[in-house]
Amino acid sequence: MIDSKTLDPKFKLEIAKEPGGEHITRCFSCGTCTAGCPVREVTDRYNPRQIIRMAILGIKKEVLSSQFIWLCSSCYTCYERCPQDVRIPELMNAIRNIAVREGYLPPAMRIQLDLLSSFGRLLEITEFECDKRKDLHLPSIEAKTEDIKKILDHLGCRREEKTEG
Amino acid sequence: MGVGVKKKPKDSPFTAEYVLFLGCTVPVRALNYELSARKVAERLDIHLGDIPEFSCCGYPIKSVNHYAYLLMAARNLALAEEKGLPICTLCSACCGALAEANHEIKGDKKLRKRLNDDLSRVLGKQYEGEVQVTHFMRVLEKEVGEKRIASEIQADLSGLYLAPHYGCHITKPTTVYGRVEDPENPTSLDRLIQMTGAHTVSYENKLQCCGGGVLAIDEGVALSMAQSKLDHIQARQADAMVLACPFCNIMYESNQKKIEKVAQKEYKLPILYFPQLVGLALGIEPDDLGMKMNRIKTVELLKKINRRAA
Repeated sequence: MIDSKTLDPKFKLEIAKEPGGEHITRCFSCGTCTAGCPVREVTDRYNPRQIIRMAILGIKKEVLSSQFIWLCSSCYTCYERCPQDVRIPELMNAIRNIAVREGYLPPAMRIQLDLLSSFGRLLEITEFECDKRKDLHLPSIEAKTEDIKKILDHLGCRREEKTEG
Repeated sequence: MGVGVKKKPKDSPFTAEYVLFLGCTVPVRALNYELSARKVAERLDIHLGDIPEFSCCGYPIKSVNHYAYLLMAARNLALAEEKGLPICTLCSACCGALAEANHEIKGDKKLRKRLNDDLSRVLGKQYEGEVQVTHFMRVLEKEVGEKRIASEIQADLSGLYLAPHYGCHITKPTTVYGRVEDPENPTSLDRLIQMTGAHTVSYENKLQCCGGGVLAIDEGVALSMAQSKLDHIQARQADAMVLACPFCNIMYESNQKKIEKVAQKEYKLPILYFPQLVGLALGIEPDDLGMKMNRIKTVELLKKINRRAA
């Protein structure tokens, strides 16, 4: 049972202000997204129609703290098929951006942030990779890109800043 | 897709010129993709330049901080703009992420100003929105074309039966790419395979996503998604799968053993990057296409190719 007093009717408007979330209120719950979703095909933990319905109803905390908003694989199948042009993968990203600001950053994403900050890439270019490239006559690439750390620092979205600051 | 393509100079020896965007996965886990793409490009007179300072495209951070994603993408785009060349990617997710950011930056003057204020303050860079972004498969399709490839074929691949895997970010979203082909019924990769002389194998749920997008969040879900495609392809007894994205490859090749263990069955399905296939047809040596780096061995598959006497 959901107590209606706990609902936040402004949640959908908050999402609509977020890049990618603009079309949330267009959803009329037809379920085309869920019916064709390849993630849904293998697990019932992900149901885009239900997530959007919950968000529109204002069940904010449950949506933001849940793991299911992170299960969209961004395949864009529903994006192309949605009769209301809700742009669901972008909408999921909008909701995730809000969730992160509210403190719900999944550990896997935290690791990715740290890697990007340290190397400018998700995978480190070690000496081994550099040697291998040389052996194969492939052009050398910059192993570390400080610029990404600068961007993340500037926006205050690095892990260290969050926990210490 | 995109605007402001720098016209190639009339006296250029190349059919087209690009800077090659490698992203995170290719230079560490898909050197065979990079090698074969460069070899094929060279053979077909496509110039692929390099910018060592390119970083991650920005895609992974889109779900955490949309604006940080735009800044990372814009930084890469700005680097290409300084060179005055369009970007060619090997990774479909990089292509999508850069093209989407481009689309957003171009369409929103206020956003462009804010981004440029930050780019110049933090990194001393500017991005005017003049770079075109495309995928190497589209380059072969659009810039080189069927005629040219057909005229260069050096080997008989008609003994091969191959299952194309398109992946998602090569056709979608159409709001960004335009309707380059029907995302519900794409034919470009099929045609490319047929151009090499090999046969295409059609199979159930051909457009299914590889699951790579959720691998970091939930491995079990991702592997189940990949498994269903391996099952469908095995049912049609294809010699190999052909794909165009290093992340799809992680799901089908790097994780194939793991999937076999969970599913308690054997696939042994070789996974080819499309430039490896094109390269074989052009008569390029398998070693030069990095075939030895393929984790699922391609020895049996290579035996089915008849190399024409030079």
